[in-house]
Amino acid sequence: MIIEFFDTWGSDIWEAIIQTFQMVSISLSISIVIGLPLGVFLVLTRPGKSLENKYLHGVLNTIINIIRSIPFIILLFFILPFTKFLVGTSIGVQGVIVPLVVYTAPYIARLMESSILDVDKGVIEAYEAMGIKTKDIIWSVMIREARSSIVLGLTIATIGLIGATAMAGLVGAGGLGDLAYRYGHLRYEVDVMYVTVILLIILVQGLQSLGNTLASKLKKD
Amino acid sequence: MINLVHLEKTFKTKKGKVEALRDVSLEVQKGEICGVIGYSGAGKSTLIRCVNLLERPSNGKVLIDGTDLTSLSSQKLLLARRKIGMIFQGFNLLKTATVYDNIAIPLRLTGLPKSQIDERVTKYLSIVGLKDKTDAFPGQLSGGQKQRVAIARALSHEPEILLSDEATSALDPDTTESILELLLKINEELGITILLITHEMHVIQRICDRVAVMENGKIIEQGKTVDIFTHPKEKTTKKFVNSLFNHQLTEEVFQSLQGTGKIVSFKYIGSSSNDPALATISKKFDVYPNILSGNITELKGTPFGSLLVHLRGPVEETEKSIQYLKDQGIIIEEVAG
Repeated sequence: MIIEFFDTWGSDIWEAIIQTFQMVSISLSISIVIGLPLGVFLVLTRPGKSLENKYLHGVLNTIINIIRSIPFIILLFFILPFTKFLVGTSIGVQGVIVPLVVYTAPYIARLMESSILDVDKGVIEAYEAMGIKTKDIIWSVMIREARSSIVLGLTIATIGLIGATAMAGLVGAGGLGDLAYRYGHLRYEVDVMYVTVILLIILVQGLQSLGNTLASKLKKD
Repeated sequence: MINLVHLEKTFKTKKGKVEALRDVSLEVQKGEICGVIGYSGAGKSTLIRCVNLLERPSNGKVLIDGTDLTSLSSQKLLLARRKIGMIFQGFNLLKTATVYDNIAIPLRLTGLPKSQIDERVTKYLSIVGLKDKTDAFPGQLSGGQKQRVAIARALSHEPEILLSDEATSALDPDTTESILELLLKINEELGITILLITHEMHVIQRICDRVAVMENGKIIEQGKTVDIFTHPKEKTTKKFVNSLFNHQLTEEVFQSLQGTGKIVSFKYIGSSSNDPALATISKKFDVYPNILSGNITELKGTPFGSLLVHLRGPVEETEKSIQYLKDQGIIIEEVAG
C-alpha cells in the first residue's frame, strides 16, 4: 500500500519538496541580505546612537509596521504590479519570491533590531573608548554578541516563511502547502494531505532543533 | 597630562535640566594616580566619561597633553582615544570571545600586525597574571579575573593614561585589594597615569597620590591624599575620611563622657604613629587619656592612624596636653557632638 502510494504520488511530492526548498532558500537569503542591515540601521538611527536620525528612524519604523500588518495572502496580490515590474512575471517560483521577500525582510529587520538592542551597551562603549570605528563595532561587537539570538530569530523567520510559501500555490508556484491544498482539499485525496502535513511538521521541528542547537553553541556563557 | 578646564555638562531629561558637572577643573600630572570620590549622583562618572569624550561636555576643554579633544575631528578622536585606556565596573568583555580574543580583536581592529598582536596578548596577560586562562570564556571566570582581562585589554594598546570607572565596586574586598595592587604595579612599573573614580575611601587611601571630592556636580575639595586625610575641610570630605575609621559613639555615651573631660580625635602620619604619645601626656600632665576607639591604616604605604580619645582631667591641664601634642606634629581636633 505504501509502495502503491509512492508510485502514484512520489514524484509530485518530491517536486513539491524541491519547490518549497527553492522558495524558502532564495527568499530567505535575499531577506537576510536586506533585513540584517536594515535591523542594524534601525538600531543605529535610534536616539542616542551613533547615526541618530529621528525622521529616518520614524519613516523606516512606519514602513515596516505597515508591511507587517498586511496578511501575506493579501500582500501577494496587492503587490502584483510591483512583482511584474521587478522580475517580469508574477507567477511561478520566480513570481512568488518578490512577495515572500517583501513579507519576510521587514520581519527579519525587526527580529535583528531586538537581538542587537539586547547587546550589553557597556561593551559597545568599551570599544568606542578604545577608538574602534563604528563599522567595526557593528560587526565585531553588535552582530557577534547578538549572533545566538540572531540565529534564533532567523529560525522563527524561516518557519514563518515556510508557512507563507503554502499560499504560493495561488500564483502557481507549487510547493508542499499547495500540494496539500490541491489534492487533499480540492480532490479529497486525504492521504496526500496527511503525508504533506507530516513532512511539514518534520521540516519545522528539524529547523527549530537545528536553530536551538546552533544558538546554544554560539552562546558560550 | 590630563587637564580638565571649566567643564560643564547639562543633561536634558523629561523632568527638566540636570546639571551633572558645574564648572569642574581638574589637573592630573604625568605618572600620578588621581582619585575622584563622591556619592552616587555627584557627577564623577560623567566627569571621567568626559575625559575620552564618551560624554561630550556642554562647555569647557578636555586637554590631553595640551591637545583639546573637544576640537578634534572624529577621525583624530579615534586615534586620541587609543592612547587612553579605560576599565569599567561591569568589565565589558565580549561574552562570545575567549580571553585571548577579547584582547586580540580590538588590537586587530586598530590595525596592529598579526605577529605583534600575539606578542602583546601574551605580554599583558602575564602582567595581569592570567596566562593560563587564554582559552577560557568570560563566563568561566570570576569577577576579579574578568577585571584583569579588561585591564590587560586596556594595557595592550599601550596607553599613557588609564581611566578607571568604579573598577572595583562590583568586587569583594579581597579581590578589590588584589586589583588595587595590580593598578599600583601598572602605575609604578609602566609609568601609566591613572585617573579613577570611586565611592570607596579605601580605594583612595590605598593607591591615590591625589584626591578630589565631588558633590552636586562640583569638586568641593582637592589636594594631596595625605593633606585631605589629615585636614579635611568640607563636611562630606570628613564623612569620607571617617568612613575609614569606625568612630561612632552613641549620643548617650558622648554626653556622659563630655561631662568629665574633652573628646578629641588624633590623627598621625608616618613615624610619629610609633611614639607612645598618650602615655607621655598622662605622665607630663594631670590628664587620664582613655582610648574610645582607634585604628591604624596605611596611606599608600605610609602609616596613618586615628584615635578617638577621652581626656579626663582639669580643663587647664587638658588644654596644655593638647598643645603639647600639637607641638609634636600630631593632628588633633576636638570632637563636638
